[in-house]
Amino acid sequence: MKKITTNQIFWPLAAFIVLLVYNAFFAKNFFKISILDGHLYGNLIDILKNFAPLALLSIGMTLVIATGGVDISVGSVVAISGAIACSIIDGRLGIFDHSFVAALILALLSGIACGLWNGFLVAKVKIQPMVATLILMTAGRGIAQLITKGKIVTINSAPMMKEYYFLGAGYFLGLPFAFFIVVAVFTIVMILVKRTAFGLFLQSLGTNPKSSRLSGIKVDRIKLVVYTISGLMASIAGILISSNIKGADCNNAGLFIELDAILSVAIGGNSLNGGRFMIPASIVGALFVQCLTTTVYALGVPPEAISLLKAIVILVLCLFQSDSFRQKVFKGTGRWRKGADAA
Amino acid sequence: MDNKEILLTMRNISKSFPGVKALDKVDFTLRKGEIHALLGENGAGKSTLIKVLTGIESMDEGQVTLEGKPIHVKNSQHAQALGISTVYQEVNLCGNLSVAENIFVGREPMAFGRIDWKTVNKRAKELLKNLNVDIDVTKTLDSYPVAIQQMVAIARALDISAKILILDEPTSSLDAAECRKLFSVMKQLRAEGMGIIFVTHFLDQVYEVSDMITVLRNGELVGEYEARNLPKVELIGKMIGKDYEQLQQIESSKKTSHEAKENFITCRNITSEANIRDLDLDVNKGEVLGLAGLLGSGRSEIVRALFGADRILSGELNVNKKRIKRNKPITAIRNGLGYCPEDRKSEGIVSELTIRENIILALQAKRGMFRFIGRKEQNRIAEHYIKLLDIKTPGREQQIKNLSGGNQQKVLLARWLATDPELLMLDEPTRGIDVGTKTEIQKIVLQLAEKGMSVIFISSEMDEMLRCCGRMVVLNDKKKLGELSGAEINEQIIMEMIAGGKSV
Repeated sequence: MKKITTNQIFWPLAAFIVLLVYNAFFAKNFFKISILDGHLYGNLIDILKNFAPLALLSIGMTLVIATGGVDISVGSVVAISGAIACSIIDGRLGIFDHSFVAALILALLSGIACGLWNGFLVAKVKIQPMVATLILMTAGRGIAQLITKGKIVTINSAPMMKEYYFLGAGYFLGLPFAFFIVVAVFTIVMILVKRTAFGLFLQSLGTNPKSSRLSGIKVDRIKLVVYTISGLMASIAGILISSNIKGADCNNAGLFIELDAILSVAIGGNSLNGGRFMIPASIVGALFVQCLTTTVYALGVPPEAISLLKAIVILVLCLFQSDSFRQKVFKGTGRWRKGADAA
Repeated sequence: MDNKEILLTMRNISKSFPGVKALDKVDFTLRKGEIHALLGENGAGKSTLIKVLTGIESMDEGQVTLEGKPIHVKNSQHAQALGISTVYQEVNLCGNLSVAENIFVGREPMAFGRIDWKTVNKRAKELLKNLNVDIDVTKTLDSYPVAIQQMVAIARALDISAKILILDEPTSSLDAAECRKLFSVMKQLRAEGMGIIFVTHFLDQVYEVSDMITVLRNGELVGEYEARNLPKVELIGKMIGKDYEQLQQIESSKKTSHEAKENFITCRNITSEANIRDLDLDVNKGEVLGLAGLLGSGRSEIVRALFGADRILSGELNVNKKRIKRNKPITAIRNGLGYCPEDRKSEGIVSELTIRENIILALQAKRGMFRFIGRKEQNRIAEHYIKLLDIKTPGREQQIKNLSGGNQQKVLLARWLATDPELLMLDEPTRGIDVGTKTEIQKIVLQLAEKGMSVIFISSEMDEMLRCCGRMVVLNDKKKLGELSGAEINEQIIMEMIAGGKSV
C-alpha cells in the first residue's frame, strides 16, 4: 500500500479512474462506443482525439518545468503554427501554395524557431522563464495575425483540405489519427529521456544548476533544447487544432491552453520547482483534464458554471496529492502518515 | 559543575529514519551558564539530536524538560518562542536580503503599522558590533564572505532572547581571529547565564571554551564528561570507538618526494574574473600541492579558474602541454581535471538525485549525453565506490540528501574518481566532517598521489595541510607569496609569510 500511494503516477491515475467510475453512474451513455462511418465513435474516443494537443503540450511542458522554468508561450505558438499551415494549404501566403508537405514543414519550423527564441532568452540572456516566454505569448498572436493578414483562414475548399483534415480529425484503424501522433511523439521523447543521459542531466540541472555545471553538464545547451522541444510540441498541437476546425483562428486557437498544460504537469505530481519529473504522469494528468472537460459537457452543466466546477475538482485533487494535507486529514489512521514519511 | 542549575534535560530520546536508527535512547543535560560540547563522528546523531530539540524532527520516544517543565517542541518557531535558538552548520539565511533584514526577518520592529527600517538597521548594526563586526547592514548578505554571513546568523540567533543557544559547526568557515571573537562572545553569554550547546569538529576549540562534553557514537550515548578531566587522545578514542593509532599512521606514509617532476598544469599570468591577478602556477604529476592562506586569500579562486568555473580573462593555461583557450568545466573534465567545491551543499551535491546518479554524473557528462552508461554499469560503478570509500548508506538508491555530511563528501569524491582524473582539486574536502572520515579522506588523497594522480588540496586546518601536502603555495590577498616544498614546509614559516605578507 505504502509503495503504491507514494508512486507519483498513483494520484493522477486514481483521479482519472474515479472520474470514469463517476461517469459510469451519472453520465448517460458515457461508455457507449458505436461504429460510425467505419470508425469508433463515442465519448471515450472523443477524449482520445481531443486530448492529443494537450498531451503533446504537456510533454514539452514537463521537460521545461523539470529545468525549473515554464513556457507560457505555447498557446501563441499553437496559433502561429496553425496560421502558417492553413495559409499555405489555402494558398494565400504566396509561397508553396497548396503544398501539404510545405505546410507541415514550415509550421514545424516555426515552432522550432519560437522554441529556440525562448531558449535563447532563458539560457543565454538569463531572463526569468516566465517573463521570457511572456514576450512570445504576447507577441505570438500578433505574428499569427500578420501571417493571416488579420483574417480567420478557413480551408474548406482548398485542394489539400482532406489530407490536412485527416491529421487532426481523421481515423486510422478505427482510432483517431491524432492519438497515434501522441503515441509516436511520446515514444521518441521517452527514448531520449531514458536511453540517453538527457533525463538524468535534466533532473540534475533542475535540482541544482550550479552543481550540474560543475559536473560538466552543459546547462545552457540543455535548456535551449528543452524550450525548442516545447516549441516543436506546440507547433504539432497547432497543426492538430487547426486541422480539427479546418481553419486558423489567430485569436482563439489554443487560447489558455498553456494553463491546461501546466495543470496537467501539476496534476501529474511533478514539482513545479524543477528536478524529478515523470512524463507518463503528465500525460495521465492531461487525460484527466480532458476527461473532466468532456464530463462537465456530458453532464450538461450550464456553461457559466463549468470553470468553477473544474476549479473545485482540481483543488480537491491537488489537496490529496499534498503529503502534509493527507497527514493532517488522515492523522488518526496512521497508514497515510507512514507512506508520506517514506516519501 | 553539579552546583549549577539544570536548564534542559533530554531523556531516552530515540529517532529512526528509513533504514537508519539515528538516535537510540540518548540522554543529554544542559545547565545554566555552561558551554556544552556535543561531539561525535558524522552520523553519530548530533544533528538529529539538535533537530529534535529544535522541533525540525519529531522524536519517536523520549522526554524533554526545560527549566523543570516538560516541553514538546512542535516546530522551529515554537523552539524560538521557548528560548531555544540555533545557528546551523551551513548558513541558512537569504542572500538577496540585506544583512539587517536577515537579522530581523519575521519579527521586524513596527511603527505605525509599518516596518520601522531606521530601528531595524540601527539595532542590526549594534548587534553585529557586539560581535566586533562593523559592516554596512543595508547591503545584501550575498555581498559579504561566508564568515561574515555566519556572524550574521549568530547575531540573528542572539537577538531572539534566548535561554539556550545551539551552535552547530559555527566555526567551520571562520578563520582564527574570527573564531576568537566568537569565543569571547560565547564566554560573555555564558557569564550571563545562557546555556550553550556547541557542535564542532575542531577539538582544540572544544577545549578552549567548553565546560562539559557529551559524546555520541552511532546514535548512542557514549558518555558525558567534564572537559578538563578528559584528555584529547581519550576523547578521540571515545568518538571514533577505535584506536587512536590510525591518526598517527598517516604521519609516516606522507610526502613521498617525487623526484621526476613532470608538469601537468602550467599557468602564466592568469587573471580571472574572480580577481586572481597575474598568477603563475605549476602542478606536477603525482604531487599533492597545498594552497595555503586565509579565507579570501584566493585559494578557492585559483582552482575555480583552473577548472573553468570562473572565467579566465587573460594569461596562458596549459594542461598536459596543451594550450587551453576557452576553459569551461566540461573542457576541464575532458582534460582530466576534477573539482570538489568548497560549498558542498550548493555547488556539490544534487540533493534530489540518488547516490548512484550523483556518482555517475560527471562521468556521464565526460562521455557525452548519447554515450549513455547503462543501468547495470551504473550500479556496478556506484557499488564499487560505496565499498571502496566505505560510504555509509542503506543502499545506492538513497537520495544523497539523506546522508550525513561526511558521506556526502565521499559521494562527491566518488563522482570525480569515477572520471579517472589526472588532477583532483579538493577545496575544503574535510570541512564539517568527523575525525574518522577526515583521516580516511586524507589517506585516500595520499594513496591517489602515490598512484600518480596530482592533487590540489585546500584546507583551513594547518595540521591537515602539513600532513598531506608535498609542496605548498602560500597566498595572501589573491597573490602568491611564495612556495615551500619538502622539509621547508613548516607552520611557523607559513604563518610568518601570511602575517608579513612578504615573499620568500
